Amino acid sequence: MLNMRDYAAPETLQEAWDIYNSSPSNTILGGCAYLRLGEKRIGTGIDLSGLGLDHIEAHKSYIQIGAMTTLRELEINPLLKTHFGDLLSDSVKNIVGVSFRNGATVGGSVFGRYGFSDVITALLALGADVVLYKGGQMTLERFLNEPPHYDILTSIRVPKLESKGVYQAFRHSTGDYPILTAGVCKLENGVRISVGARPMRAGLALKAMDYVNVLLASGKAITETAIEAAADMASQELVFGTNMRAGADYRKHLCKVLVARGLEEVL
Amino acid sequence: MEIKLHVNNVEVTMQTEAGENLVTALRRHGYTEVRTGCDTGSCGLCTVWIDGKPALSCSTLAMRASGKNVTTIKGIGAEAESLAKALVSEGADQCGYCSPGFILTVVAMRRELESPTIDDIKHYLNGNLCRCTGYEGQLRAIQKWLVASL
Repeated sequence: MLNMRDYAAPETLQEAWDIYNSSPSNTILGGCAYLRLGEKRIGTGIDLSGLGLDHIEAHKSYIQIGAMTTLRELEINPLLKTHFGDLLSDSVKNIVGVSFRNGATVGGSVFGRYGFSDVITALLALGADVVLYKGGQMTLERFLNEPPHYDILTSIRVPKLESKGVYQAFRHSTGDYPILTAGVCKLENGVRISVGARPMRAGLALKAMDYVNVLLASGKAITETAIEAAADMASQELVFGTNMRAGADYRKHLCKVLVARGLEEVL
Repeated sequence: MEIKLHVNNVEVTMQTEAGENLVTALRRHGYTEVRTGCDTGSCGLCTVWIDGKPALSCSTLAMRASGKNVTTIKGIGAEAESLAKALVSEGADQCGYCSPGFILTVVAMRRELESPTIDDIKHYLNGNLCRCTGYEGQLRAIQKWLVASL
């Protein structure tokens, strides 16, 4: 499964860090679903399953999702449904199958910064932060845009804001990697529009967000024309590429459609 | 490396390597009812239960099964047999290679979901692929089996 010389199951994060830091070939093991498809030669695989990071907890101002929480748990957890509706559930429910989602982890999906990641798109739309063992807490947006962090992701924190969100993804067939993903959220502090699988990793459509948020702040009605304009802005400001699943032009068109539908639903 | 786990509620000790997957370790120790399909985590053929939850044994490190209870198709006995008969009666079992994975997933679904609809069934079984049929036989069999098992 993995070209791995040794295996460690540390009992503390410090122990995990010490092993991780002792050799560049040592690797943190999340769900391993994607790691196993590569040919990385791993020195010591560091299994975080014994560190209690498979939790979903409510705190005063945020919900904390441990890095070893499975995608299946993200899908069915009632606390997440109560606070965020179906957004997170919808983002993971079409990833392969239940058995796969019982193994794949949120931390592995986020730390991997994968372009195809449904989870990252949804969390970005919700304004989530990541918590790194050494680097501390930072916005997911910053984590995605900076160079790769040499660190251990311990948890994700999603602010408990009044929110209405919708997640959409376009796929050739259910269970396949997405062609394009879109998360649109109306939070207390404004609208967030996140588009992923471009095929690049998810990014925020900042200009489109500003446009909508200025309209919202002015108290003006958000017309169908305004929604179309915002969706068009998102498709213009984001960069799309071509791969075996779809061409750039198709993705650009899809972005406009999915963002418009998302805005119609949340506004 | 040595691990201790339960397989079908029987404690076993297995020798494994750091990077070995669970399906290989299980088969090497005689549990050949666990099958390898795509070996990429896509087809569901290798499904086992780990502590009662369906998991892909091709994508699970054997080391991670240490201390856990792994259930193969042989571990769910009568339930597997009745569902297998239903699959056969609906023409849903041609080569039979996907069936253990299907059966383990369906029985797990019944334990997890109350009164699943046809859409619930299709969604839950999304990760179990069959090359022989068009899934219609499986869906008929599963629905009949669910009703009969009430």
